[in-house]
Amino acid sequence: MTRTALTGNDAVAEALRQVNPDVAAVYPITPQTEMMHRFAEFVADGLVETEFVTVESEHSALSATIGASAAGSRAVTATSSQGLALMWEMLHIASGLRLPIVMPVVNRALSAPINIHCDHSDTMYSRDSGWIQIFSENSQEAYDNTIQAFRIAEHMSVRLPVMVTLDGFIISHTMETVDLLEDDEVRKFVGDFEAEYSLLDVDHPITVGSLFLPDYYFEAKRQEHEALINSFAVIEEVGKLYGELSGRKSGFFEAYRLDDAQLALVVMGSAAGTATEVVDELRGEGKPVGLLKIRLYRPFPTASITKVLARIPVVGVLDRAIAFGLEGGPVYHDVRSALYGQTTILQSFIAGLGGRDITPGHIRTMFDILADAKKRGKADDKTRFIGVRE
Amino acid sequence: MAIRLKDLSAKPDLFSSGHRACPGCSAPTMIRQMLLAADCPVVVSSATGCMEVVTTIYPYTAWRVPFIHSAFENSAATCSGIEAAYRALKKRGKINREIRFIAMGGDGGTYDIGFQSLSGAMERGHRMLYICYDNEAYMNTGIQRSSSTPLGALTSTSQVGKVAWGKQQPRKDLTACMIAHNIPYVAQASPHNFRDFMTKVQKALATDGATFINVFSTCPRGWQFKTEDTMDILKLAVETCFWPLYEVENDKWTVNYKPKQKVPLIEWLKLQGRFKHLLRPENEPVVARLQRDVDRAWEELLKREADSKAAAPAPAAGPEEKK
Repeated sequence: MTRTALTGNDAVAEALRQVNPDVAAVYPITPQTEMMHRFAEFVADGLVETEFVTVESEHSALSATIGASAAGSRAVTATSSQGLALMWEMLHIASGLRLPIVMPVVNRALSAPINIHCDHSDTMYSRDSGWIQIFSENSQEAYDNTIQAFRIAEHMSVRLPVMVTLDGFIISHTMETVDLLEDDEVRKFVGDFEAEYSLLDVDHPITVGSLFLPDYYFEAKRQEHEALINSFAVIEEVGKLYGELSGRKSGFFEAYRLDDAQLALVVMGSAAGTATEVVDELRGEGKPVGLLKIRLYRPFPTASITKVLARIPVVGVLDRAIAFGLEGGPVYHDVRSALYGQTTILQSFIAGLGGRDITPGHIRTMFDILADAKKRGKADDKTRFIGVRE
Repeated sequence: MAIRLKDLSAKPDLFSSGHRACPGCSAPTMIRQMLLAADCPVVVSSATGCMEVVTTIYPYTAWRVPFIHSAFENSAATCSGIEAAYRALKKRGKINREIRFIAMGGDGGTYDIGFQSLSGAMERGHRMLYICYDNEAYMNTGIQRSSSTPLGALTSTSQVGKVAWGKQQPRKDLTACMIAHNIPYVAQASPHNFRDFMTKVQKALATDGATFINVFSTCPRGWQFKTEDTMDILKLAVETCFWPLYEVENDKWTVNYKPKQKVPLIEWLKLQGRFKHLLRPENEPVVARLQRDVDRAWEELLKREADSKAAAPAPAAGPEEKK
């Protein structure tokens, strides 16, 4: 193990260097760009054997990655925001063709208005694309999740693409302490990639991307859904094995001081760090608060979340994206669905859009609102926007 | 390298019958020729379009070579990923045989929506051949105009009416755009002259770099002609110089076929329902403009050929340089 200081982008680039994929197809976009600068240095120094394909758009980045993956190679790309939006069509094709692509996504707000800073609108709006989505709180988790992503994606009962997210600038550009595994440990952990079918197996020609009419399409999509459901067990197992290797456990989520909590907040990404601090402070003041940090967003671990939240009287869900035209953000609605039929009082919060800081003060305000809801015995009908000018 | 029918008949047919292309469509003929021309195994990627739809209706496939379709605008990008994977796996010793890569698409998938992806892949210099089968409109979706549709042609989105006489703009010269990419090999071909086309495929596949062939292709539904006339119509497109057969090989221009007597364009237009309205007297100026454009492009092409011959480097090394 090596302890070092890295930005989130560099930590992910290190993970990619250690995995040493066959093909990386990349296109610049802030704040993802520096990840690929770093990787390009590894290419230039001969530290990886990866074919580095510098394409002319994100649409082509994922298209080339799809071609490379269908050709039996281990293939990666990375993006943010508008780049992910431009890939939208290809996201569904990557999952529909059951290709185990790994793609770090550095979360950034979507235009318009144009903004280069963090929120989760980019990855939220791709949540139904059939990709596994894993969120990271800090550089360490971004590194750990990237390594695990290969093993999850390539597992024979999954064979689906995996998106590993890290918050733009807040994680991608912030230097933090990161513990790196040794190169050979990582290579042993992810193993060699063996494709079941490959376009390069010219003696056994296959047709990829056929036209499925009403007589077969439904079955193919149903199987894709089942693969995503199957991935729960694989993600759990890989997290356990990775924990044994690194000493850092990864589950579907992390429950922090929830056992006896009366008020809980659900968060994803970097805001969990801030929220953890505030929970400790409030606990110090004798307040029964706790935190649920979701790591695995798709597939959504509904049953496990029901189990851990159902006995907590008041729960708030912090979204970093709006579900336009609907009260409550996307994560709120998933949690609400998990708590259907329970007596839990549920409150939606939206904060931190377009890189607006989510401060300890904001988290305190959220817990105050939850405490008030407990007193009143009900939540607000409306989403509470925190940290926005009225 | 000479293309001989006797040799071809002994090669396996890598494109099966039973696909669902229309009678009179020349694209499957082109595909069969393309695959027969290849001397080593090929992997094919295709844009969304007629040839993808009619050959791969699950659970069937007409392809006896590895084939991938992923979307409309990205045949070249997809193929560049496959080629990159090939290089990576070869480098790692996981593959040790020669394989070639062909990306294809119709004119919609190549001239229009796939133009950026094509341009990028050509500029990056992947060792791949891109083949456009150009039937001058979006035939798969119901004959809408593309940037390849000629001036005056009737399509579903360039209608003939009280004030309009078909497409109001001349076609894009995609072959010229590809030549401007300074890639080592660019050609125009037509399946009626299979020797010419197949020789071009062989040259392209033997080139270490990105190559492009634009292949003229008929659509009996879109062009409105008798299906049995398909090869005659292709031939006449070349005899009128509407679709010259030529190639640019490392800056050397060669016109592969020069008609003894250039046939007036109207003879070609007359055979196709999509140009029927141009035969009306009031549309004479449109026909005149089409003829003028063809004449100008043909003269330009001959001049290019002559110029490149004049500029050609002196024959290789004299005896004093030989060791």
